[in-house]
Amino acid sequence: MIEFLQQLINGISLGAIYALIALGYTMVYGVLRFINFAHSEVFMVGAFVGYYFGHMWDWKHLPPWLIIPNNSLWGGTLVLFIAMLICAILGVVIEKLAYRPLRNRSTLTVLITAIGVSLLLQNVGQLVFGPNPKAYPALFPQRDIVLGGLTVSTNQIVVLCVTIILLLALRFIVMKTRTGIAMRALSFNPTAASLMGISNDVVISLTFALGSALAAAGGILYALNYPSIDPLMGTLPGLKAFVAAVLGGIGNLPGAALGGLIIGIVETFVRGSRWSTYTDALVFSILILILLFRPVGLLGKFQAEKV
Amino acid sequence: MKYCRGPILLIAPLLLLLCTTACNKSGGGSSAEADTIKVGEFASLTGSEATFGQSSHKGTVLAIDQINSAGGVLGKKIDLISEDDLSKQGESAMIVKKFISRDKVVAILGEVASGRSLEAAKICQENKIPQISPSSTNPKVTETGDYIFRTCFTDPFQGKLLADFGLSTLKAKRVAMLTDIASPYSVGLAQYFKEPFLAGGGTIIVDQKYSSHDKDFKAQLTAIKAANPEAIFVPGYYTEVGLIVLQARQLGIEVPIFGGDGWEAEDLLQIGGDSLTNTFYSTHFSPLKDTPEVQNFVKAFQAKFNGEIPDAMAALGYDSVLMLADAIKRAGGTDPAKLRDALATTDISGATGRTKLNEHRDAPKAAVIITVENDKFKFLRDVQP
Repeated sequence: MIEFLQQLINGISLGAIYALIALGYTMVYGVLRFINFAHSEVFMVGAFVGYYFGHMWDWKHLPPWLIIPNNSLWGGTLVLFIAMLICAILGVVIEKLAYRPLRNRSTLTVLITAIGVSLLLQNVGQLVFGPNPKAYPALFPQRDIVLGGLTVSTNQIVVLCVTIILLLALRFIVMKTRTGIAMRALSFNPTAASLMGISNDVVISLTFALGSALAAAGGILYALNYPSIDPLMGTLPGLKAFVAAVLGGIGNLPGAALGGLIIGIVETFVRGSRWSTYTDALVFSILILILLFRPVGLLGKFQAEKV
Repeated sequence: MKYCRGPILLIAPLLLLLCTTACNKSGGGSSAEADTIKVGEFASLTGSEATFGQSSHKGTVLAIDQINSAGGVLGKKIDLISEDDLSKQGESAMIVKKFISRDKVVAILGEVASGRSLEAAKICQENKIPQISPSSTNPKVTETGDYIFRTCFTDPFQGKLLADFGLSTLKAKRVAMLTDIASPYSVGLAQYFKEPFLAGGGTIIVDQKYSSHDKDFKAQLTAIKAANPEAIFVPGYYTEVGLIVLQARQLGIEVPIFGGDGWEAEDLLQIGGDSLTNTFYSTHFSPLKDTPEVQNFVKAFQAKFNGEIPDAMAALGYDSVLMLADAIKRAGGTDPAKLRDALATTDISGATGRTKLNEHRDAPKAAVIITVENDKFKFLRDVQP
């Protein structure tokens, strides 16, 4: 029983990170109807930004008031915000340079461009950050809490809290603000939205900024739990988050969160069993099954395609 | 037909001219290269096992510099051509093909990881070019053929040593195993550990698996914790081992964790930190050992590389060059067949002690056990073959 609960805790903390990444896929899909494969590289860049700002106490020439304190709650939060900000800008730049010129082309063209951007970022990452794995600094104070045989690390709690806060914030933005209403309108019908005076370009840029900020948060949380990062670290978590987004119903925000949790928990339980070597195979089998039997995902609604 | 003749008449002398200049070039090239001995080295200079590749490469470069400044071998300087295989499967085969066909090397040095040495070994054997792997311990590497040699001991020896260490020193009879199924080194070492360990009265209570580049081991470790072992055997490479030990301690697993020479890297300390207390691994060499050969090597290495302390991979890389130079001397040249015969009868003394090859072209030699105390590696003891 204790083993079961411990695996559940491990699974939820992994699933929470997948949920954050999956939200980025789903938001972009909801607005532009294509899968932004460069999203997993934004996740990687987020982790690296956290790495460099987490090492600020090594920058000896900086004035002391500028240095972010290591290992403190507000220092960690500050690093998290800086990474989210930088990645939000990166997301907007990617959209402007790579996707906007192709706005009126078929989605297949944009999809292939996204794969190209992903490869470009991976290789530039190897050039700039170096291809060797790096040990990740402890941004938040770390402790392990033992509760009757169960171990919960403070990192796992941080992951869960940050995910819940960001999910609520996102829900507020999308449901209550004017920008959110514009986003939903655009996702419903882009032509009608622009006729109503919504600037599509601005809303799409904001969507990319929000999604990329979530990916950066996911990258830092992932690196905190598994403290070794390299420029190719985004590929597999990115693909799994994509599966999570499809499982929950792509384009559907609560669906992405639910899908992320399910994938994280399933993955952890299989990994802890005798069939641990089949973990990735199982995750991708879920993708095939869901596409065969319920292509709109768990929470998605069927929509008639107009021909 | 009439109109065609003109251009042909024009082109013919041009072709002739091209041919003669091309012939001249190749003739001039070979005579200039004859006063050096070309040796190819492929290493994981970047990527997930970069620490291994860098160490091994530095040892190799040091040995070649020492030999060249002492006048070279048979009056010729050794010309080392190094290529980076990015720690990727597939790269090393390509590099070795290039070494043989384009650079025309007389021998090839590499690699640390058994998987990549194996890949290269097949090509070297086909082309009958001697290959010396400084530190691949999987027996299959030299089993590929009679042109493949190594400077280190093999996994059956290391596995037996670790089984004995687990049973007698750690007094652990119920051991959990965590193997990297994507690496031939890890799978091999796990198997060679299992046989003597079971024969010695131990039991493997859980056998969990992971793949190279995995980051999350909590699921496997939770299953291991539930089985309540007396020790955990992790025959993997340092990148994953660091994370495994860290996550094991986070889950409250306090038992000893031990493994083989794949652990040896400063990066292990950076990733694992103070959770590495009560871990042990076996390896080929310790710079803390107080013999003149070891201390001379450490001094020379520190002088060349800004005071950096050499590890086992550096010492083995160094010895692999000594082995090759010695064989070229005894063979009286670089004829591949003669060089092969000379390598097979190697018996030299280097940084890792005496290297005397057996009939399988392996080098049974003393191993050392290292432990971690206060975030530093500590020499525990020697184990004779």
